[in-house]
Amino acid sequence: MIDTAASPLPAHPLVYADAELRGILKHARTIAMIGASANWVRPSNFAMKYLQGKGYRVIPVNPGQAGKEILGETVYASLADIPDRVDMVDIFRASAAAGAIMDEAIAQKDAKGISVVWMQLGVRDDDAAERGRAAGLLVIMDRCPKIEYGRLFGELSWCGVNSRIISAKRPRMRP
Amino acid sequence: MSDDTDKSENEAPLEFGFETRAVHAGARPDPVTGARSTPIYQTTAYVFDDVDHAADLFNLQTFGFIYSRLTNPTVSVLEERIASLEDGRAAVCAASGHAAQFLAFFTLLEPGDHFLASKNLYGGSVTQFGISFKRLGWNCDFVDATNPESIRAALTEKTKAIFIEVLANPGGVVLDLEAIADIAREAGIPLIVDNTLATPYLCRPLDWGADIVIHSTTKFLGGHGNSMGGVVVESGKFDWTQGGRFPTMTEPDPAYHGLTFYETFGDFGFTMRARAVALRDFGPSMSPQNAFYTITGIESLHLRMERHVANAEAVAAYLDAHPKVAWVSYAGLASSPYRELAAKYLPKGAGSVFTFGVEGGYDAGVKLVQGVELFSHLANIGDTRSLILHPASTTHRQLTEEQRAAAGAGDDVIRLSIGIETANDLIRDLERALENL
Repeated sequence: MIDTAASPLPAHPLVYADAELRGILKHARTIAMIGASANWVRPSNFAMKYLQGKGYRVIPVNPGQAGKEILGETVYASLADIPDRVDMVDIFRASAAAGAIMDEAIAQKDAKGISVVWMQLGVRDDDAAERGRAAGLLVIMDRCPKIEYGRLFGELSWCGVNSRIISAKRPRMRP
Repeated sequence: MSDDTDKSENEAPLEFGFETRAVHAGARPDPVTGARSTPIYQTTAYVFDDVDHAADLFNLQTFGFIYSRLTNPTVSVLEERIASLEDGRAAVCAASGHAAQFLAFFTLLEPGDHFLASKNLYGGSVTQFGISFKRLGWNCDFVDATNPESIRAALTEKTKAIFIEVLANPGGVVLDLEAIADIAREAGIPLIVDNTLATPYLCRPLDWGADIVIHSTTKFLGGHGNSMGGVVVESGKFDWTQGGRFPTMTEPDPAYHGLTFYETFGDFGFTMRARAVALRDFGPSMSPQNAFYTITGIESLHLRMERHVANAEAVAAYLDAHPKVAWVSYAGLASSPYRELAAKYLPKGAGSVFTFGVEGGYDAGVKLVQGVELFSHLANIGDTRSLILHPASTTHRQLTEEQRAAAGAGDDVIRLSIGIETANDLIRDLERALENL
């Protein structure tokens, strides 16, 4: 979760189909995490480590840490600096910063192969989302990929969270 | 074996009815064996993949099981099921309803903090709040919540919560939930509702603006009088940052290397802290065996509650017309002063626990509870079996006559918890006992 004090969320909640979120988590293998923290008790560091454990490559983007390593991955100052392909951009910054990151993701879309821009829990910029969709990106806002992964593949239920998933099929624990 | 191939990409998440969720929520087939009924994971501990996995689990960096004091796969199913039925975000189970209340208040309060509670409460809660909690530095004042403005008038700077039973034990009183939720929201503090008597089938307090729901699952949720348990459910909608009044949620926790629960876990942060701190350090966890019985009980909650209510309405109407009965306090009666509130908040019925006054006072009360054959004379509610109690001669015997009257346990008061037997058999049993007075 991100500090939302400066940019309160619009009142209406966002609704995403479970199938859409599952599809993203299945196909995105490399994630650029904008705002990844080197401090291991920060939520971004938690999310990065969790996603690594689920088989994703997470590339940290944080100008203050550029050139150093977080959780074994080289940190880059910007999306453009990443030498590899990136399937998904995860915005771990306040909502006010999301628009500029979206514009950079749109600019880097073809060069990097970006198909998804995902804004963290508490992060929302409807105008930026509209620009991203117009450019052909899938956009998710105000959700955490770690929490959604846990929810969709059963682990979040282990700590008593209501996954809202009702099914008599044997669950798959991986996308 | 995909579980999601039948869903199109753009389909909004499906909503399921209460009855479907009572049977299914939280309980998919076992991923390894395909077992359809929820297995009883009768284990204390769980192996780690390696030391890094262990560290991640202890640091709350990943989801998983460590030790059944914190989480257990059978108990998790029950937690998710109750969270679903209450329209909540998350839940944590406890060994009893009283333990659940302790987890909730330990997660909210610092020593010296204050909360307000309705006067119309289960007597055990009055004692827990008024005497035992006071020894921990948690101060409770009891207010007449039938007048919501009396709650507003009693708020102080240190007030951190409001606690009510919407359908109050022993059953005759219904509070104006929406009005009280408004007062709590304006004060920036959570409204906690003990929903034991109503169950989520009859009333869902979170839908009316409450923030936390507590149950003694021992009662109607388990429903068969065989398993102790409690649960705390959070709505996920309360803003813990407001006013800087909830440091347990918003300030770094020293036992977790400076982790901040609300920032890290968001809308289920309260449940995480209740589990990872209160349950970890005080240990009142629910056993997997009790969770299994309670899960099984909940699968028929909707059917049982319909019959509980129908039987209670029949028995209350019969007693209301009986010459040896002075009064009946049941919110489901047309003569109840709470009938309008009951129609708003409990449209499917006002539960099945209520009191009545028997002509002849203390001695008549004793004779009545000993004269019935089918009603069980004991101190519990929410069983398939019908239960009867004369509080003045049992649970409230140590009090003075004045104290008993103030507690709603006057000499003539009989409490009934109506079960799901044949209504006419219950009426006949009471009729014979009343004839012999």
